[in-house]
Amino acid sequence: MTLEQAKVGERLIVREIIDPEMRMKAIRFGVMKGAEVTCTEKLPYGPVIISKGRQELAVGRRLARRIIVEPRT
Amino acid sequence: MGIMKATTTFKISAKAKKIVLVGNPNVGKSVFFNALTDRYVEVSNFPGTTVDISHSPLGSDVLIDTPGIYGVSSFNDEEKVAREMILQADVVIDIVDALHLERDLFLTQQLIDMEIPMVVALNMMDEARRQGVEIDVPALENYLGVPVIPTVAIEGKGIEELKKTLDKARIGHKVPEIAAILALVKDFFPTTGESLLYLEEDPLIEVPGSLLRLQRKQGEPGSPGLKMQLRSLSQIQRNQEEIYLKRRLWVNEIIKKVIKEGTEGATFAARLGHLLLRPFPGIPALLLSLLFMYYFVGVLIAQILVEFTEGVVMESYYSPLMENIIGRIFPPGTAIGYILAGEYGILTMTVVYVFGLLMPLVAGFYFVLSIMEDSGYLPRVATLTDRILVKMGLNGRAIIPIILGLGCVTMATITTRILGSGRERIIATALLGIAIPCSAQLGVIFGMVAPLGLSYLVLYLSIMGLIFIGLGIIIRPIDKFIPGKSTDLLIDLPPMRLPQLKNVLKKTYTRTLHFLKEALPLFALGALLISLLNISGSLHAIQNLMSPLVHGWMKLPETASTAFIMGIVRRDFGAAGLYSLPMSPQQTLVSLVAITLFVPCIASILVILKERGLKDGLLIWIGSLVIAFLAGGILANIII
Repeated sequence: MTLEQAKVGERLIVREIIDPEMRMKAIRFGVMKGAEVTCTEKLPYGPVIISKGRQELAVGRRLARRIIVEPRT
Repeated sequence: MGIMKATTTFKISAKAKKIVLVGNPNVGKSVFFNALTDRYVEVSNFPGTTVDISHSPLGSDVLIDTPGIYGVSSFNDEEKVAREMILQADVVIDIVDALHLERDLFLTQQLIDMEIPMVVALNMMDEARRQGVEIDVPALENYLGVPVIPTVAIEGKGIEELKKTLDKARIGHKVPEIAAILALVKDFFPTTGESLLYLEEDPLIEVPGSLLRLQRKQGEPGSPGLKMQLRSLSQIQRNQEEIYLKRRLWVNEIIKKVIKEGTEGATFAARLGHLLLRPFPGIPALLLSLLFMYYFVGVLIAQILVEFTEGVVMESYYSPLMENIIGRIFPPGTAIGYILAGEYGILTMTVVYVFGLLMPLVAGFYFVLSIMEDSGYLPRVATLTDRILVKMGLNGRAIIPIILGLGCVTMATITTRILGSGRERIIATALLGIAIPCSAQLGVIFGMVAPLGLSYLVLYLSIMGLIFIGLGIIIRPIDKFIPGKSTDLLIDLPPMRLPQLKNVLKKTYTRTLHFLKEALPLFALGALLISLLNISGSLHAIQNLMSPLVHGWMKLPETASTAFIMGIVRRDFGAAGLYSLPMSPQQTLVSLVAITLFVPCIASILVILKERGLKDGLLIWIGSLVIAFLAGGILANIII
């Protein structure tokens, strides 16, 4: 599923980021294939907030549609 | 993009060591800079960018500050400038946030991979300890291969130790797989840093002649030595993603071995940070902040402080004095006398306007902006407003120039450089030029709307809001005519914290100074143009041309056209010109809407032309003219 479809509080594993330049910027933040993140907030029709360890990132809705994730147990 | 040779620009001797401060945004680099130097700080602008570099002598060497970056590359101006300084550095001090080791170590490792002698300052150790994060510093030193000094910069702890350790700066342990690839290209480049950036597909690295010649020789018969060179050459692949991934995984391993996290306490700051993002307390909080900002700048500064700076200092003392002095050299009737000290005099009106009115307002805006930045609130504002801005082809980051535009459109247009793509910069500039009233105008506008009653105020705000959003939405179908694409929001949300007054004041000072340097010449040039237009009689002619539109179409008194022309010189004059006219409430509303949308002041136009180019600049200018009269006229014909 895409990051956009994740539920608030859900723990996720990142599978893919379909956008070459964004992929680079995300890698720097530690968000890449195999990274474990948590969806902490979703603004209605707005950005998705994810947290990774102590870090929090705001991801624009359209970019969130291009990040493929999987729930993690 | 300009190049900056540190030795020539900073006027330092070739023997002085260049010590460069590097780190992610918000790690407290400026605190380090201030703590390390006790001598005079100079600020140099990097040619072709809005980026300023602070530098100061440190013993017999020079300490150079760089903008906060997440990695060394060329994604934006800040990165390009930092990169340039890093490549010229003799020693790097890398500031790392102990609470964000995961993120910050990426840059650290990249610097190590570039083979630059460095020292790491592990900052905010007190905060980390308080939040139960334990870092094994000796182990970290071991893995990185460079000295690591724990610090609490705001309290001055660890600074002396850092200074003493500078001599022991050394090259660290590269990521093994990256070291292997680097070995193949190192010899072709003057520095390892450049060879690494080459492999990372940096577009600004020039391929050295020796490498090009070798690549051309592929396919030709040659000696065994050449064949070996060519074989290794074929193994070299420029691949940023691969190198980034290898580095990321390596750093992840280090992190696992070096950090022991206690239970993550939900501190007050963390909870506040979350609350401010949720639509419920978030949006009212945003509106309240905007209201506070308006009150602070629009009332306290605009009315009270400016009364003093413009009214008393400038108009009562400076202006008459200047008019006197100039009057003795160039008699009042002459053209030069008029240009220098007349109605739109460069030495009179421009100076009064910029220093008496704009400077306090701009400083006020920058003050509030710096507080929002340092407290960590600004990225949350960008997140909250992202949704609306996306509809206009922008993203959350554009909220910064928009907020600044409420201060001074000229200043805000310069800030549009932070936006991710050319397309976004054009859209943001158009919005600034057409729909955003600057503080110079706002005070007078509200002064005129308020007496009309609450309903008119609401009407004015709604109409402006609608036009603002409508403009952005209309641009969507015109999509194909604006080249490029818009970028998405991907920003770090730093933890909320109490801003340090000293830091906020310093930022305000630096930015206001920068504004003065960039804007003053533009306002002077604008005044000159207007004076010339007036002397030649063209101003009068333009006014007469406008009258039928103003009177017939917008149903305003004929003399209102003078106010519109005045608005080109100074936007507050424009609004003030309407103040004294006898108009009905409906006429007042129409005139205010029209003058808000009408072309921005001449200094703004010059900046827009300079930043966006002649074609786009003219389009925006003509567009604002058309929209102002269209909106004004339609409104007039509905309500009058």
